[in-house]
Parts: sequence; structure tokens; C-alpha cells
Amino acid sequence: MPTLFSLKSRATHPGKKGIQVSGLLINDISMRFDLPNGGHVQALKNVTLDIKSGELMSVLGPSGCGKTTLLNIVAGFLAPTEGTIELSGDVVTGPSPQRGMVFQQGALFEWMNVRDNVSFGPDMKGVSRAESKENVEHLLEVVGLQDFKEKAIYELSGGMQQRVALARCLANDPDVILMDEPLGALDALTREKMQSLVLDLWKDTGKTIILITHSVEEALLLGERLLVMAPRPGRVHKEYRLPFAELGVGADLREVKKHKDYNSTREEILEMIWNMEEEIMGRTEESA
Amino acid sequence: MTALLVLALYIGAFFGSFYIAKALYKSAFEKKGFNKLKTVTFGDESAITANRVASVISVIAVFWMWVAFTNSSIPLPKFPGPYSGDMTFTYTAELEDGTKDDATVSMRVYREDIQQTLDAEGNPGREPAPAEIEPGDGFAKNDSLTVARYSFKVVNVWQNDDVSKKDGSKIVAINGNPIAPGQEISVPEGTIGLTDKGTPTFEPAVGLRMARLYLPAPEVVLQRFIWLNKEGYQGYTLLEHTWFSLKRVVLGFFIGAIVGIPIGYAMGLTGWARGWFDPIVEFMRPIPPLALIPLIIIWFGIGEVGKVVLLFLAALWIMIIAARSGVSGVAIAKVHAAYSLGASKWQILSKVIVPNSLPDIFTGARVAMGVCWGTVVAAELVAANVGLGKMIVTASKFQLTDIIIVGIIVIGVIGFAIEVGMRALENWLIPWKGKV
Ligand SMILES: Nc1ncnc2c1ncn2[C@@H]1O[C@H](COP(=O)(O)OP(=O)(O)OP(=O)(O)O)[C@@H](O)[C@H]1O
Ligand SMILES: [Mg+2]
Repeated sequence: MPTLFSLKSRATHPGKKGIQVSGLLINDISMRFDLPNGGHVQALKNVTLDIKSGELMSVLGPSGCGKTTLLNIVAGFLAPTEGTIELSGDVVTGPSPQRGMVFQQGALFEWMNVRDNVSFGPDMKGVSRAESKENVEHLLEVVGLQDFKEKAIYELSGGMQQRVALARCLANDPDVILMDEPLGALDALTREKMQSLVLDLWKDTGKTIILITHSVEEALLLGERLLVMAPRPGRVHKEYRLPFAELGVGADLREVKKHKDYNSTREEILEMIWNMEEEIMGRTEESA
Repeated sequence: MTALLVLALYIGAFFGSFYIAKALYKSAFEKKGFNKLKTVTFGDESAITANRVASVISVIAVFWMWVAFTNSSIPLPKFPGPYSGDMTFTYTAELEDGTKDDATVSMRVYREDIQQTLDAEGNPGREPAPAEIEPGDGFAKNDSLTVARYSFKVVNVWQNDDVSKKDGSKIVAINGNPIAPGQEISVPEGTIGLTDKGTPTFEPAVGLRMARLYLPAPEVVLQRFIWLNKEGYQGYTLLEHTWFSLKRVVLGFFIGAIVGIPIGYAMGLTGWARGWFDPIVEFMRPIPPLALIPLIIIWFGIGEVGKVVLLFLAALWIMIIAARSGVSGVAIAKVHAAYSLGASKWQILSKVIVPNSLPDIFTGARVAMGVCWGTVVAAELVAANVGLGKMIVTASKFQLTDIIIVGIIVIGVIGFAIEVGMRALENWLIPWKGKV
């Protein structure tokens, strides 16, 4: 696999007033959805996170605990009812190419071929095709799609489509990459390959990555930092610092799974989420 | 009666040809491609493909039925036709004093469409003269007359007799069979009867085939088609009539699309536009374009402008709704992805919303073209100087059924061609349709 050394790695950024500020600050975020029937849903309550530049963070939690909401707020698609998001010292007010998104599926543009999808970001900025060509070709090579440049999106398999989505995001050279269950729709084998790809990209580009997943294994493998969220209201339940992501870079992920702490951590988290689900079930039964 | 026969024959052809085709063309009934491996296909719509043998037989069956019910010269089996040729019958006249005398009536039955048929030199046929006959003996003299097929003749047998009806001559028998006024007798060539007042009548047998006036034979329609292209009707050739109708449709549709698509986008993109146009669109949409014709004629007259305005209105609402649903069909993930890749609002519109809505717009365009084509013909039926509808309605006033049928076939073929063309264009422009 070709390395990504040619991609600029931005470990630090010149912030406001020239002060070196780095990373993503999620500052006491709360999110309340008002429902049409007069009620409301507290999707997030007082979530605070300080994410260092270049950090790989995975987010786990039972369904409906506000993971997508949190990601949408960081991406700038939703404004939180309380709190702020700051990236490199700048308050986030809307979507921007600094924060790239990779969706589960269906976010590629079917009316463009693979190459045009990947160069969408540079095209929007007005970068000429001649200028962006080299980088786009390089990224296609990195994700292993150099032979599929001219192919239409609907001719690709699900795994290939997600690689296009990754390349499209990287072509914009964002500071933060936000992924909402990016590998959720893939089969187990493709998924494993894609996990290695994500790890390699993370190491080679030094991007800050936040990855939402429903798979505890994936969260363990793709999280230097692992966040377990709890529902009602959505909040941070527990945080882990894990060695597996670092170990997994360039290595066989199945070897990593043999690490002595891997299984115990997995069991612990599974138990935690299991209990949360139980509690949700119990609560709905009570209210019913 | 005939309608029931047609229905019975058609149903018979449907099942009969199925068994025959199944026996003869086994390969046409085999499942193809992936479907070959499916063990159950009943209820699996995706496994059903049109059996082309059935399509071919279906077209042939309709054509054959057409031939069978007309006096066509095409050598296919046909239903019994009308009688034509020379026939005779005798009548017996009786005077008040009881004297009787027989005389013969010679009937020459000729084609009802003789004046519309051309001979080898291209001259139209003429009604034949009655057969030459001897007057015969007695007070009742022989008569000779002509009658067209599908028509009816009152035979004034007394006009050359020595004793007229007024003077007491009565018809008492036909072909030797006694007959009273109001009765009739059948002969193989037709029906001979007496009116209530005692005058003989003759009606040639018609069989099951239809007169040219009701259903012209295929070759007659073909001749008319060629003639319409050469000579034209109402001052315009068939091509010109077609061209005028098509031009109106294309013009009306394009103006409708050019106005409707941006309005549809606006309704999908801004609350103000949606609020503004919603009442108009929802009110106008259920009104059939045909209901607007009277108003359009009052406002714009029967010229081109009125037609184009009508077709514009027919296409407009369809295109607005198509564009609006095209916008609402954009997956939010695509829009979000584009925003986070740095697209501006304008770029979101031009690079995401417009291409993503193309399938919906194309579906709308296909529907709109179909509606416009139907509307233009109807509008021309009501009022126009030229156009296929105008051609048909004028021909119907003169009972030129063949022109009407040519017009209907052209309308059908063009409607079909529009549909096929739009589908081809769609497959070429939107290859991703239905594959996501
Ligand atoms: N637009 C909205 N209006 C009202 N409620 C919303 C809206 N979006 C999300 N919610 C509610 O907020 C809560 C959190 O939703 P969110 O989609 O963030 O959950 P999630 O953790 O991503 O779930 P999943 O794992 O199923 O994707 C849910 O209870 C959901 O019903
Ligand atoms: Mg979610």
C-alpha cells in the first residue's frame, strides 16, 4: 500500500491571534429537540470533550443516545441549544471543508464517476483539474481504486463505495474527519480490510478522526480513545484510552485481538451497553 | 351480436394461439438468463418478461380481425360477405277480377363504394346500368333495377306494368310463395318483402363484413395514407397536419418545462415559494386541460397561441410537481456531504439538487409529453385550422372513415414514438436511474 507522506499532516494549526491552538473542543453541549406534540427530547446533556489534534476517537452507545446528533453538531449541521464547538480556537457556526464527513452509505453522487466524486471538494474550491489531478490520482491509489477512476458509482461494491467516500473526504484535506457508522453496511471481511485502511490513513495523515460505530470490536480497534455514551439524556458515560489502534497500524488486526486486555475490555463494554439497553427496556415497560 | 362474436373470437385467439405457440415455439416459453434457475416465478413479477411471440401474434390477430370484417382484397380468411352480382325474383300480380300474371325482377347488386374505387387507369368506378331485359308477356312486365350493397330498394314493379297499383294490381306472391303486405321472405341473395302498403322491397344480404363507411379495409386505409401524403386534406398534407400538431406539443411542453422546473425547484428550496405556489398548483392540477379549452378559445381564439397556451398549462403543473419531488428526493446525506466538502448554496443546487432530480424530472417530462399529445388532438377536435385532430373531425363530418383511421393510427404511432424516444433519452442521460 502506498504511504500518504505526500499528504500534508497538520498536527498543529495557527489559531486566532497567532497563538498555537490545536484540536477540537466540545464545550458543554446540550441539545433539546422540541417535538410537534409539545414534548421534547433531550438528545444530549452537558457533553464536554477535548479532542487533541490527530486523535482517533470511537464512539459507542445504545441506539438513540445522541451519537449522530453529536456528530451533526460538530459537523455544523445542527446548532446546539447550549454550549459551543471550537476547532483550532474558531467557533463552529456551520458546515465547512475543515470538517469532512463520511456517511454510512448513499452520500456519493451517482451522476459522477469515481474520479469526479473524489475531486468534488477541490472543484468546489475552484482548484483547477490540472492542479488537483495528482492528489486525486494519489488518493485513488491509496484506497486501491486507481483502476476504477472512470467507473460509475453504481458499478462499485459497497466496500469500494466507502473507499470512494473516504478518498473524497481526504481530497479536501480536512482537519477533522467525522464518520457516522461508515462501515456499518459492509460484510465482515470487507469491514476488516476497511478498518485497516482507516487506521493507516489515520497514522499517515495525522487527521483527527471521530468514528461512530455500533460494533464494540470496531470501537476497540479504531479508538485510541473510546467514548461510551448513555441515553436519556445523551451523555458521556465512560471513556477509555486504548493501545489497540496504535498496535493495529500496519499490522494484522486479528493479532491485535489476541492482546491480553482486548477481550476483557470488550466484555466490560458489552456488559455496560447491555445494562443500558436493559434499563431502557425496563423504563419503557414501566411507562407503558 | 357482432361485438359478442368479436369478443369470443379474440378470447379464443388468446388461448388458442397460446397452445399452438407453445407447441411450435418451445424456446419462446423458456425462462431466460438468471430466471432460468428460478423454480417458482408465479407471483415474482421481476421474472416476467413479455413473450414476443405473443406480441407478434397479438398484432397479427388484430390485423386479421380487421381484414376479416371488411371487404378487403387481402387474401386472408374472412367472414361471409355481402351479396353482389345479378339476381332475379318473380312476383305474381293479381287484379281485382282475379287474373294473375307473373313477371321477373332483375336486380343488379353493386359495390357500395364503387365511386371510391379506382380502375387501372385511375378513374373512379361508376354505378352500373341495370341489366338489359325483355318486357315479357301479360299485364305484369319484367323489371330491371340496381341496388348498392348494404342498402335497400323499394321496387315499384308497376311502373311499366299495364295495370298500376292504383288500378287494383296487387302483389300476392314472390317466387311463387304467397305473401301479404308487411311480410318478407328470405332468398340466398337477400330478403324480399312487401311494405305495409304492398310494394315489394329488396335488401341484399350483408353477411358479417362491414361496409366501407363503417370500417374500411386495411388496403383502403393504406391508399388513403398515401393519398393524404400526396394530395393532402383540407389544404394540408398528412405530414403538415402531423407537423403542426407536434410543433404545438413541443412548444407548449418546452415552455411548460422551462417555467415549471424552476418553480418546482423554488418550491422545494424556499418556504416562501412553496407557500406562494402551493394554492395555485393544488387548485390547477386536478383541472383537466380539456376543461380549459372553452376559456382558451374565448381568450386566444382558435389560432396557434391558444393551442400553445393550453399545452403549456397541461405541462406546467406536471413539471412543477416533478421538479419539486425531485428536490425532496435528494438524500440529506448527499446535501450534507456536499456542504462539508465546501459547496456553496449555488453549487449545492447545480451540482447536487439538479442532477439528483433528473430522474424525477424525466418521469414528469414523459407524463407531460403524453398528456400534451392527447390534449393537442382533443383541442384540435374542438377548434383548429390544421392539425391531426382537425383532419379527423373534418373527415368525420364527411364520413371519410378511412381518413379518421389514418389519423388515429398516426396519433397512436407518434404517441408511442414519443414514449420510446423519451425512454431512450432517459437511459442515455440518467444511466444511474433505479440503480441506487
Ligand atoms: N430532528 C429530530 N427531531 C426530534 N428528535 C430527534 C431528532 N433527531 C434526533 N432526535 C432524537 O434524539 C435522540 C438521539 O438521536 P440520534 O440519532 O443522535 O441517536 P443515535 O445515537 O445516533 O442512534 P443510532 O445509534 O440509532 O443511530 C433520539 O431519541 C432521537 O429520537
Ligand atoms: Mg445514528
